[in-house]
Amino acid sequence: MSESILHVLILLPIATAAFIVARPAGEAKTVALWGSLISLVLGVVAAFQFDWSNAGAMQPEVSLVPWLPALGLSISVGADGVSMMLVLLTLLLGPICVAASFSSIKHRVKTYYAWLTVLQAAMVGVFVARDILLFYVCFEFTLIPMFVLISIYGSSNRKAAATKFFLYTFTGSILALAGLIYVIWFNATRMPVEAFAGAGEWSFQIDTLRQAAVRMSPTEQGWVFAAMLLGFAVKVPLFPVHTWLPLAHTEAPTAGSVILAGVLLKLGTYGLYRFAIPFTPIAAVDFAPFIGLLAVIGIVFAGLICWVQDDVKKLVAYSSVSHLGFCVLGLFALNTMGQSGSVMYMINHGLSTGALFLLIGMVYERYHTRSMRELGGLAAKMPVWSFFMVFFVMASAGLPGLNGFISEFMCLMGTFQASDTLAGSSIGATPGVLGPVFAILAGTGVVIGAMYLLMMTGKMVWGPLREPKGHDHHNHSELADDLNAREIAVLTPLAVLCLVLGLFPTPVLKGIEAPVNDTVRWVQEHGGLRLYRDPAPARVTELSPAGVVTPELAAPAAGGER
Amino acid sequence: MSSLLVLLAPEIVLFITTCIVMIVGLWPKLEVRSLAMPIAGMGLLIAGVLAINTPANPESILPNIIPYAKAMTAGVGLLLVLLLAGTVDRSYEAAVERGELRFNPIHTNRAEFFAFFLFSLTGLMLCASATDLIWLFLALELVSLPTYVMATISTRKLRSQEAGVKYFFLGALGAAIFLYGFALLYGGTGTTNLIGIRDALAEQAASGGINPIAMAGIILSLIGISFKIAAVPMHFYTADVYQGAAAPVSAMLAFVPKTAGFIAMMGILAAVGWQYAPGGETLAADGVGTLPRSIYVTLAAIAVLTMTVGNVLALLQRSIKRLLAYSSIAHTGYMLVALIAGPSIAAEAGITSNGLGAVLFYLLVYGVTNIGTFAVVACLERPQPDGEADELDDLEDLRGLCRTRPVLGWVMVICALGLLGLPPLLGFWAKFLLFTSAISAGEIALVVILGLNSAIAAFYYLKLVTLPLLEEPEGDAPATTPFASRTFAGVLSAALVLLAIIPTGIVDAAMEAADRAGTIVPANIEAIERSITAEALRDEPTPIIDR
Repeated sequence: MSESILHVLILLPIATAAFIVARPAGEAKTVALWGSLISLVLGVVAAFQFDWSNAGAMQPEVSLVPWLPALGLSISVGADGVSMMLVLLTLLLGPICVAASFSSIKHRVKTYYAWLTVLQAAMVGVFVARDILLFYVCFEFTLIPMFVLISIYGSSNRKAAATKFFLYTFTGSILALAGLIYVIWFNATRMPVEAFAGAGEWSFQIDTLRQAAVRMSPTEQGWVFAAMLLGFAVKVPLFPVHTWLPLAHTEAPTAGSVILAGVLLKLGTYGLYRFAIPFTPIAAVDFAPFIGLLAVIGIVFAGLICWVQDDVKKLVAYSSVSHLGFCVLGLFALNTMGQSGSVMYMINHGLSTGALFLLIGMVYERYHTRSMRELGGLAAKMPVWSFFMVFFVMASAGLPGLNGFISEFMCLMGTFQASDTLAGSSIGATPGVLGPVFAILAGTGVVIGAMYLLMMTGKMVWGPLREPKGHDHHNHSELADDLNAREIAVLTPLAVLCLVLGLFPTPVLKGIEAPVNDTVRWVQEHGGLRLYRDPAPARVTELSPAGVVTPELAAPAAGGER
Repeated sequence: MSSLLVLLAPEIVLFITTCIVMIVGLWPKLEVRSLAMPIAGMGLLIAGVLAINTPANPESILPNIIPYAKAMTAGVGLLLVLLLAGTVDRSYEAAVERGELRFNPIHTNRAEFFAFFLFSLTGLMLCASATDLIWLFLALELVSLPTYVMATISTRKLRSQEAGVKYFFLGALGAAIFLYGFALLYGGTGTTNLIGIRDALAEQAASGGINPIAMAGIILSLIGISFKIAAVPMHFYTADVYQGAAAPVSAMLAFVPKTAGFIAMMGILAAVGWQYAPGGETLAADGVGTLPRSIYVTLAAIAVLTMTVGNVLALLQRSIKRLLAYSSIAHTGYMLVALIAGPSIAAEAGITSNGLGAVLFYLLVYGVTNIGTFAVVACLERPQPDGEADELDDLEDLRGLCRTRPVLGWVMVICALGLLGLPPLLGFWAKFLLFTSAISAGEIALVVILGLNSAIAAFYYLKLVTLPLLEEPEGDAPATTPFASRTFAGVLSAALVLLAIIPTGIVDAAMEAADRAGTIVPANIEAIERSITAEALRDEPTPIIDR
């Protein structure tokens, strides 16, 4: 894969946005749609050019465009299997978000589509950055478009929501910046030049800094990890810094919610995966039980909150908090099972929760309410909508055969296995500090998840038809009673992917296997001993080879059984 | 002597320009009179070009600072000249043009306004050239005295006179304090030459610690100069003065005295040197360390208080100018962190770890960005019956500005985000350098406080973004000034802020300017070696027994 295609993926949306601003407002949505479709096609081309047999390596091998030579900065892009998958997810959601906004965005159309496309550039930039500052610049820049989208196009309480969103994430990430700069400084001044390529220089390359960071003392690692955790955990969001998310989701326009749930939250988990864990493995291991605890609390607590929600959108928003808990838990299992499950979860959550937000947006456009007290039995009036709703609820709840199941299962399985006290038993234990207790507690979250999602479906879809008072049967909007062709076209690709990834996830799992294995091996190498309760080096050999479980073992068991 | 003339060439040019402006500004013919502003700009341009080519001054404590500091002065000065257009004499000139009044030089302010402006910039340039405490004092006062007058005459309102008086008295207090400090410093070291002071202090430090009188002098000087940079505890005037003066003058007050103060502080601190054992008053064995403890504690306390007070009080403001004044205080606090970090003199130090360079670059970025925000205030006005217009200074006046006055609205949005330091705007890179230099010096706690403060700042800068960008306008578009150059200054600043690709040369220049500042001079090395030997002699017995 050439680096220029990655550059184009970042620059094309910016050019599209400029074009939208230049053209009359009437053409904005067409231009945005075409721009995002071309990006998607280019993304698919990039995926074909990508050498999947070598997915663990950053591709292209070298990429340097000098940016700010005075600071030793360069624009350095590349993707491994994990980045590529997340880029594809971003690009797929692009046209879907544009198309989903056609009927709901009526005023300040140019601003809307321009910021939506710019946001895409920043998100792709985050995933393909190999330079820590390019990453940070893109990571921070996502705030502005999202801020604008929520505060102009959101519902009644939008300004408070947008401000809260901005302040929470900005505060976290500025401290994360301090942590990252500490690593840069450490590499430049504390590393002997001969240690590895790039040591002893003011380098911003992630690969170089990773090598330097693991050489920091455990105390330093602890502080750097804490700084990065502050930045990324807010974005994920992890309990107890999740409070901005339900508000932002509820107030955001539909496409904003889709992007927020689909991609922006993944910037946090991606940051943990790409930076926090491999940079500071010792601290990651030390902190893992603590983070595991927060994740479990988030899973159960947010799940219980969902149960008492009346606003459907808020319900799905809280379910995001709960679901991302699984994702974080899988990451901190620090084994291949858990981490691949987690990366899978990032993609699956993007697809199914994104779709749920789209569905809720479609109902809202027709009824202007999201309250479950006022809506019910929509199957009678909107059969197509109801079909999709049930389908995506099942995917989200983790029904076997659909995508959610595999990733949830893998995250829990990885967590369960991540305990060397179980070594020698038949569960395939790997070195790790979580273990069955975490898995069982999180497992109750799955049950709670099924309960609230089914309860929501039951109220919304089944039973006698309930419509808001004053809503005559010929609704006010120009939309048909049930979904129109455009809306079906928006939902279908997501549904197909949910089904395909549920039945045959092997291609994706294979694609992320190599990079995840590398990360896991890296963590075991550099934070390894702390993974064992009894740090006797001999224990290492007793475990399965390097403690690495290949996803093939999991995939047939998961996908093939039904 | 001739080499000194070369070094002072920019100041000389500015002084000559000042004289010309003073005469031209009083000319009876309008066409000639209105040349005052372009001539001031031309003078600055020439001074800037001369400044870039000025050689290093080996006799200065900051040997390389001259080209950068003076060119920065000239560059930002040019933006300020554009912004200052039409500040004084507006209704008078209108009346003369209508033929209601006859031109009488006694009643106009144009000449002295621009002349004082140039005088102040000359003072700033002289600060950068200063090699001596007396010179430094005179230069600092040359910076400030004209600004008192400028603040007073900038509008014909009572609030400007109030601002001028407050500014003057508190300024005199500050000057008295740092003059007292300079005197004590002279008493403690026996010289007023900064390099002489540096050597004397190193000598004292090597032989048991800095003389308490000299130390008191340094601390008093720093506290006195904190008036110029608007740092706690000398920050009280800031909000009132910025609000009282006309917006273009406030923009100038936020940059010129601040820069002068920081350069003066750099000079004094370079004489002390960042080479003391952490937490002590004696030299570090390897010559790599930090400031002496008492200075360190003073400055760190000032920095933390300044950032926090500035940001927290800015949250409460309804007036844009007061908000920007408190934000100016907060930015001073940020810069102090890098000043404490100092030039990294460790061998492996890279370009990004020089705190003085970071301050110099930050000053430029802050100056430019701040001019953008003040330019918006300067451009919006409410016409008054007497011909003098009233500035729109309430946050609510920004409502929907991006729709009613797109250019001004976007300038405000971009510059506010720039002050916030959002990547990839220029402000981010400036803040990034502050972070790297402070982390390089091991000031982790200060960096965390700086980070938290930046987050607090997000709250009020967001108001400057949301109000113009996201709110719907109420009523008609606000009236704007007839002075296109003000808008132009704003647009130019915003364009510079938006320029994600840093003019790399500028960072390089800032770092080069800070180069060799506070590094160990041979005399110091000798002193350090002597102290180490003395220590070794005291520990001598043990090895002898071993043998």
